[in-house]
Amino acid sequence: MQKQSVFHSRLLPYLLVAPQLAVVLIFFYWPAVQAVIQSFLLQDAFGLSTAFVWLDNYRDVLNQPDYFDAVVRTFVFSFLIALSSLSLALLLAVMADKPLRGSAVYRTLLIWPYAISPPVVGVLWVFMLNPSLGIIAHGLRAIGVDWNPLLDGNQAAALIILAAAWKQISYNFLFFLAGLQAIPSSVIEAAAIDGARPARRFWTIIVPLLSPTIFFLVVVNIVYAFFDTFGIIDTMTRGGPANATETLVYKVYEDGLLGGNLGGSAAQSVILMGIVIVLTAIQFRFVERKVNY
Amino acid sequence: MADVALRNAHKTYAGNVEAIKGISLAVGDGQLCVLVGPSGCGKSTLLRMVAGLETVTSGEIEIGGRIVNEIEPADRDIAMVFQNYALYPHMSVYNNMAYGLRNRGVAKPEIDSRVREAAQILEIGSLLDRKPKQLSGGQRQRVAMGRAIVRQPKVFLFDEPLSNLDAKLRIAMRVEIRRLQRRLKTTSLYVTHDQLEAMTLADVLVVMNGGLVEQVGNPLEIYRKPATTFVASFIGAPPMNLIPLQGDDANLAGAGGQAGILGVRPEDLALSDQPAPAGGVALELTVEAIERVGAETYVYGIRSRPAGARTASSGPGEPPPGEILVRIPGQGGPSVGERVRAVAVQDKLHLFSACGRKRLDS
Amino acid sequence: MIERQKFGNLIPHVVLCIGVLIVAFPVYLAFVATTQDTATIANGQMSLLPGDHFLETFYRTLFIGSSGTTREPVFVMLFNSFVMAMLIAVGKIAISIISAYAVVYFRFRFRMTIFWLIFITLMLPVEVRIYPTYKIAADLHLLDSYAGLTLPLIASATATLLFRQFFMTVPDELLEASRIDGAGPFRFFKDTLLPLSRTNMAALFVILFILGWNQYLWPLLITTRDDMQTIQIGIRKMIVTSDALTEWPVVMATAVLAMLPPVFIVVVMQKLFVRGLVETEK
Repeated sequence: MQKQSVFHSRLLPYLLVAPQLAVVLIFFYWPAVQAVIQSFLLQDAFGLSTAFVWLDNYRDVLNQPDYFDAVVRTFVFSFLIALSSLSLALLLAVMADKPLRGSAVYRTLLIWPYAISPPVVGVLWVFMLNPSLGIIAHGLRAIGVDWNPLLDGNQAAALIILAAAWKQISYNFLFFLAGLQAIPSSVIEAAAIDGARPARRFWTIIVPLLSPTIFFLVVVNIVYAFFDTFGIIDTMTRGGPANATETLVYKVYEDGLLGGNLGGSAAQSVILMGIVIVLTAIQFRFVERKVNY
Repeated sequence: MADVALRNAHKTYAGNVEAIKGISLAVGDGQLCVLVGPSGCGKSTLLRMVAGLETVTSGEIEIGGRIVNEIEPADRDIAMVFQNYALYPHMSVYNNMAYGLRNRGVAKPEIDSRVREAAQILEIGSLLDRKPKQLSGGQRQRVAMGRAIVRQPKVFLFDEPLSNLDAKLRIAMRVEIRRLQRRLKTTSLYVTHDQLEAMTLADVLVVMNGGLVEQVGNPLEIYRKPATTFVASFIGAPPMNLIPLQGDDANLAGAGGQAGILGVRPEDLALSDQPAPAGGVALELTVEAIERVGAETYVYGIRSRPAGARTASSGPGEPPPGEILVRIPGQGGPSVGERVRAVAVQDKLHLFSACGRKRLDS
Repeated sequence: MIERQKFGNLIPHVVLCIGVLIVAFPVYLAFVATTQDTATIANGQMSLLPGDHFLETFYRTLFIGSSGTTREPVFVMLFNSFVMAMLIAVGKIAISIISAYAVVYFRFRFRMTIFWLIFITLMLPVEVRIYPTYKIAADLHLLDSYAGLTLPLIASATATLLFRQFFMTVPDELLEASRIDGAGPFRFFKDTLLPLSRTNMAALFVILFILGWNQYLWPLLITTRDDMQTIQIGIRKMIVTSDALTEWPVVMATAVLAMLPPVFIVVVMQKLFVRGLVETEK
């Protein structure tokens, strides 16, 4: 796709792309290339000598039981966050799509949490579920749950998943609602005339027609769970207790803070880049192809 | 005021697509020249070359005695009316018209008086503060014309300016454009695919096909003496009947057995029971369909022949005789299935070479 | 309505109300916390109804700061966050719109190469290249500066793509008419393209401002001085691991202040926000 008529100028177009190109080269490509190079090098503890070690750093990283655990954990988190947030959001969107009085108000009331940042989300949830002063924590204890996410890794993980899924409800709701509103009502009416009851219509007409949106949101939610949960984790659990809430991104951050193994850190970054590239590529491929059309 | 001349102009796009295959043309000062042809014939490309929106691959384009091949559109002293009007959607009608003048540094009072004058001519004075969105199709068209007029250019270029209007408005604007052009006496190039528009507007009509000029001339001259079968069928509606002269028909036009194509316009045929007039033709038809539109009646017939002749004419591989259209005044005429005879006098016959590229009679 | 519902629209209303409750409750609780005193909350005796410490808490938060930490008043953090969000949003729009203009309206060598170089950065979120980028920012002496805070976040392939897509829908004839009207590349950009892009820019601005305001990981690394902290960073530093020392009303007031500007934008400019969100995510 190209414009038929264009301006002719030798220098101007280069001047126009220069600022963005400069930022991209300095802050994207340079660090990315450095990470890749670094990941093949081994530096001694004092940074005095460096050796080229091929894939040793990657092997070390992948052989760490910690790292393997973080990989599994990140995928489990992503799956649970996406599943819970998407199903709740879809339910709400289906309801809001009906011709209700006050549906615009519901919409506004449901989308504003999009604007709340991950660390603030973390703070809000910590406050509710803090074992000693949180209101919900008290409630949980009252019904006999031994609630202590500061010690119990599974409870800490549940906390993270809940908070992260909560934040993503508005986003998913918004896109589901847009997707639902894009389905022509004549199609649904035709299905009704063909004798499909509401529940059947939902599964045989609405869900298939909504599948591009669903797929898009699944990928977006996974990317979200991988990267944007950092702020939530950092304010709620800082990866603890005993690494029970340490995701891949959080691990890169923490290992980097400790300093030391630069090559290992870089290898972790490169692996993450690989994951993002795969996810983005999947997204482009399928979004372009529009799953069901 | 200026004349426009094209000398052996060529346009070849990347990938060796030849859009204009060498066109020479001269448009006199103050004339309205209409370029007409089917879509893809290169007429818009040619116009855009004159505008400077397309480069010229080879040849020369001259406006007012100056070769403009390398000159920017803004400096050619032309104005253009686009098919979709290309009004600036965010500017008021006034600013749409004033923009080109401002860019040229025309003084404010001068801009104001020119815009108001043009608005008055076009009767859009009350719309000056509106945005294009708030205008009807016809009003937008007027604004687009106004934008061209205020510039007082040497040449107006119109690129299918009426094709986005409904039929009724199109006729009204056609008349108006003609009147306006007469009044301003600005040399104009006008592109259209509508032969009726072309016939009614043109001082000079240029019929194009496949990147080449088929015929240039006065519209009625072209109607009376089309140079090729393409022009014959493109100019005039409904199109001319074309009958290949072969087999039985070889002597139809008294051309003495010479191969060729005989043309006769539907309006030049008459139903009659007399034999063919001297030098004319008589066509035996079986009526296939009738269309009565009130003022006139279209009779669609298939050539039929005396039973004896049939075997001689319909040899294997010979195309079935074509349908002939006869246009007769009034609402009368035959009924479907009837056999009729259509005749035309010698004057009204056109004779073309077998390939259709050349007219044989003068 | 295809079928008559037995209970009218009762079920959707109930479900939506529960949804709104789930979404709003944590924020309501935060607000209530700001109106109560520290001791009550620390004892776990917090009431679900607002108390009377509202003004006191917000005054302390804005101008004094949490006693649990460095006592940096929150208005400084708000200011830093605002500057960062504005610089990111305006900067991204500015450099993206001109590069998109170049890519769409000019033909030049390496045009597609440059386009792809920009496009691929979509795949490199700051999180995956965090330390190498940090090192470069440090080498360029950008730590604790607004430039360091914003520059690495400013190159946005999304915005460039969005403008490119929009420019492609602008009819060619507008450019041609402008050229005949004597407008060069600067005039066409200023007089025609910019005014036409206004809604797109506004929608994009809304989204970018929110994203900029909510940045966390990068500011966490790049700022070391307390007076350069953004509010997102400040809030985390207020939570002291041993609960007793955390001044919860102040923390919650900070949380409320941190979400106020972006939430306000989403609610007031909902149309632009939805449009921006849907378009940037396409």
